[in-house]
Amino acid sequence: MTAIVPVPVGLTVAALLFCIGLIGVLVRRNIIVILLSIEMMFNACGLAFVFAGSYWLQPDGQVMYFFILTVAAAEVSVGLSLVLQMYRQFGSLDVNTINRMRG
Amino acid sequence: MTVIFYISAALAVVAAILTITRANAVHSLLYFICSLLATAVMFFVLGAPFVAALVVIINAGAIMVLFVFVVMMLNLGPQTAERERTWLRPRTWIGPVLISALLIVELVYALVYSRAGDTVGKAVEPAAVGVALFGPYLLAVELASMLLLAGLLGAYHLGRGVLKFRGGR
Repeated sequence: MTAIVPVPVGLTVAALLFCIGLIGVLVRRNIIVILLSIEMMFNACGLAFVFAGSYWLQPDGQVMYFFILTVAAAEVSVGLSLVLQMYRQFGSLDVNTINRMRG
Repeated sequence: MTVIFYISAALAVVAAILTITRANAVHSLLYFICSLLATAVMFFVLGAPFVAALVVIINAGAIMVLFVFVVMMLNLGPQTAERERTWLRPRTWIGPVLISALLIVELVYALVYSRAGDTVGKAVEPAAVGVALFGPYLLAVELASMLLLAGLLGAYHLGRGVLKFRGGR
């Protein structure tokens, strides 16, 4: 019933998603898209964990995804409220406007 | 089932590329939700139905809705998308893309020469995951709840003055 996938293929998909997220963090200047790219990297790590868990037939991979999801949720809630504060202070979502310690 | 894995993997990667290349933040969000749903299908066909449900309910359902709310609250105009578009020139993205391409080549090289086999094609039941979560990982589950509480308090504290700024509503 479930898919039979070679391990290098599955982990390559995870690595591709991670690298796309990395490019997003490095290239983009909109802080919302940067947070999205960080989410994408979290998700790619979780994909690698779940893939390894299904390779070894152990539940630990899925348990790790549960913890990654928890960390992502906490990070996003704090990050988005920081985005709201940033928009309140500077009126912009461009990270180049906040590159000084005392604005 | 294996074909479904490959289709959804391709969909996830394409949607991820579209996520980081769209100038409008709402388009990025919607493409990322597509990518997450494709990842959920991948989890399902890999035999992890518990995680697939978690991705749909929490990641695509709750976290992305939070993003949509923030984008709607900020109400960014078309000039923001226009300025984002000027940032997306090749001069800006060629360096990071080269670095990441190097990273992906190294990772694929390491993976191909690892000589690991195929997945066995059996599902790991949600019951086994639950037993693991509340058995050996019980302390980590408690720590996760404390982390979520800290995130809640942090978000409450940081977001307190924002509504006043939006006109006292």
